[in-house]
Amino acid sequence: MATIIMSAPQTLYEKIWNAHVVEQRDDGTCLIFIDRHLVHEVTSPQAFEGLRVAGRKVRRPDLTLAVPDHNLPTTARRDGAGNRIPIADPESAAQLDALERNAPSFGIRYIADADLEQGIVHVVGPEQGFSLPGTTIVCGDSHTASHGGLGALAFGIGTSEVEHVLATQTLQLKQSKSMEVRVDGELGPGVTAKDVVLHITGVLGASGGTGYVIEYTGSVIRALSVEGRLTVSNMAIEHGARAGLVAPDDVTFAYLKGRPMAPKGAQWDAAVAYWRSLATDAGAVYDKVVIIDAADIAPSVTWGTSPEDVLPITGSIPDPASYADPSKQVAAQKSLDYMGLSAGTKLTEIEVQNIFIGSCTNSRIEDLRAAAAVLKDRKKADVVKWAIVVPGSGLVKRQAEEEGLDRIFTDAGFEWREPGCSACLGMNPDKVPPGERCASTSNRNFVGRQGPGARTHLVSPAMAAAAAVTGRLTDVRELTR
Amino acid sequence: MQPISTVEGRAYPLGLKNVDTDIIIPAEWLKTISRTGLGKGAFQSLRAVEGNVFDDPEFAGSPILIAGDNFGCGSSREHAAWAMADLGISAVIAPSFSDIFSGNAFKNGLLAIVLPQTAIDRLLEVAKTDPIHIDLETQTVTTPFQDRFEFEIDPFRKHCLLNGVDEIGLTLESSDAIGSYESRLAQDRPWLVPSAI
Repeated sequence: MATIIMSAPQTLYEKIWNAHVVEQRDDGTCLIFIDRHLVHEVTSPQAFEGLRVAGRKVRRPDLTLAVPDHNLPTTARRDGAGNRIPIADPESAAQLDALERNAPSFGIRYIADADLEQGIVHVVGPEQGFSLPGTTIVCGDSHTASHGGLGALAFGIGTSEVEHVLATQTLQLKQSKSMEVRVDGELGPGVTAKDVVLHITGVLGASGGTGYVIEYTGSVIRALSVEGRLTVSNMAIEHGARAGLVAPDDVTFAYLKGRPMAPKGAQWDAAVAYWRSLATDAGAVYDKVVIIDAADIAPSVTWGTSPEDVLPITGSIPDPASYADPSKQVAAQKSLDYMGLSAGTKLTEIEVQNIFIGSCTNSRIEDLRAAAAVLKDRKKADVVKWAIVVPGSGLVKRQAEEEGLDRIFTDAGFEWREPGCSACLGMNPDKVPPGERCASTSNRNFVGRQGPGARTHLVSPAMAAAAAVTGRLTDVRELTR
Repeated sequence: MQPISTVEGRAYPLGLKNVDTDIIIPAEWLKTISRTGLGKGAFQSLRAVEGNVFDDPEFAGSPILIAGDNFGCGSSREHAAWAMADLGISAVIAPSFSDIFSGNAFKNGLLAIVLPQTAIDRLLEVAKTDPIHIDLETQTVTTPFQDRFEFEIDPFRKHCLLNGVDEIGLTLESSDAIGSYESRLAQDRPWLVPSAI
């Protein structure tokens, strides 16, 4: 007689975790299989060198994809005759050259700097259908959390772990705690996925998610496009969670269907049936639940040097003395000193000299459409000295050009660049000058993040466009009314 | 990885919270294809301020750093751990660490020790004038003034640190189990194997 064993209700995270356990040791550490590994130029050279020194091979080159993004200039990469334009910085050139040599020598598919498919790893993975629901995805970059927007368990790893995955296709891990962040209600006009995740970061704090994998749920998350879900999950790490998750649904499947590396035919049907089974079961228990009301979320902006320093655009710079925690008082004062701001200043009075629209957080087609909608028939203010749009991939760039968005940006006084990480991280030539401000659609406002002495205000693409038009931080709702 | 069991010496009394990886090593330094030489760029923005602890002769060459909550938040760059090691730091003590940083630290034999804020406050005081002793075997941090703080550490990590275990070598001993898993995967979820699509 067959016995039916009813298993306990499980969360999405538990289901993905359990499906990837190769071995479990007595102390609870598990050997976890990795389905997808994205490799870029900055965190991989030492890993490939480690493999060479130890005489090890890449176990599953077919599950690995390499693409340069961080260190690549976003200016033209080929001249009129199709010849490569050399990279001026010899160290950057050597690092890019290392990936270009390492990938083929270990049998890994390499998307080259001027290929149409090139872009930011976290834009390329979903776009190519390389990133799929229910998979484990790693990359030597903390914003790997992005792919959780598709319902994948995706997280950033260091270079030693990159080497470990290359050699074994696994990682030694302990299961994290689980948290549900539920965003109920409906977003108001001018409020976007970026504002949702900035608000969540303000509520949880920069370390609120440390030790957790966060599943984002609720009517607001359900109503987001895949692009918006990728934006939310992208910044899970900014509130400390190594991974974020959104349960895959019909929106996810419609996004993935037909992508170059997504399953096809009968395989597709089998995959969708499996993906549908991954949603968190009724009655499953999270270790922590945080509920957020969409009505509390306004177009948001950061004022300090931690992503937790978030305020609605209608707010004013806080007084450091207003914080109960003494260490936060010190941190807030240091932030204000660095940012050149004083308590009580209205956010909408802050002038900006630079605008950056791009990064793995906000460089997909929807982001560019949202910014262009604000900029159409408008020009950047004269105080804005530098305004750039950096599409997340060559395919996003082409799509935007087909829609005429590039003309809207250039007519407004923006530069239209080649895909890459650009001014998000102050590593390639795109930097914000010392002491100047930038309204930026990226993910980190750390000291020196966009260049030494640069002052970053994180905003949504529509808010960045609004700031470009007025030359100061601006409530986008005033321009779109 | 070199085995590590004790760390003893002066400690940089930094105390700051949310020390992110861009503070530990700015992106400009990530262009290297090597693991060494990053100490020169370590804590660059903090060292630009006059009177900072890193350039105070009193603390020169200290093997320990004491910091605030959420140390190592931000990027996954292992260069942060490499830069600190290059500066001569063997242990960081803080109330909490980002998950990725503590993993990277562990892989490089850099101790990331969690103690409550009250213990941190006491150690910041002691560090101004006296050395601190860390013993991994007994999981304790002690001072010349009879202070004794116990810390938790994952038993597997402790074993690896004390014995200098090559983790990749260890995992490769499970190659057969990985192979069996791969065979099951190709059966159960064939759409995950790109060559099968």
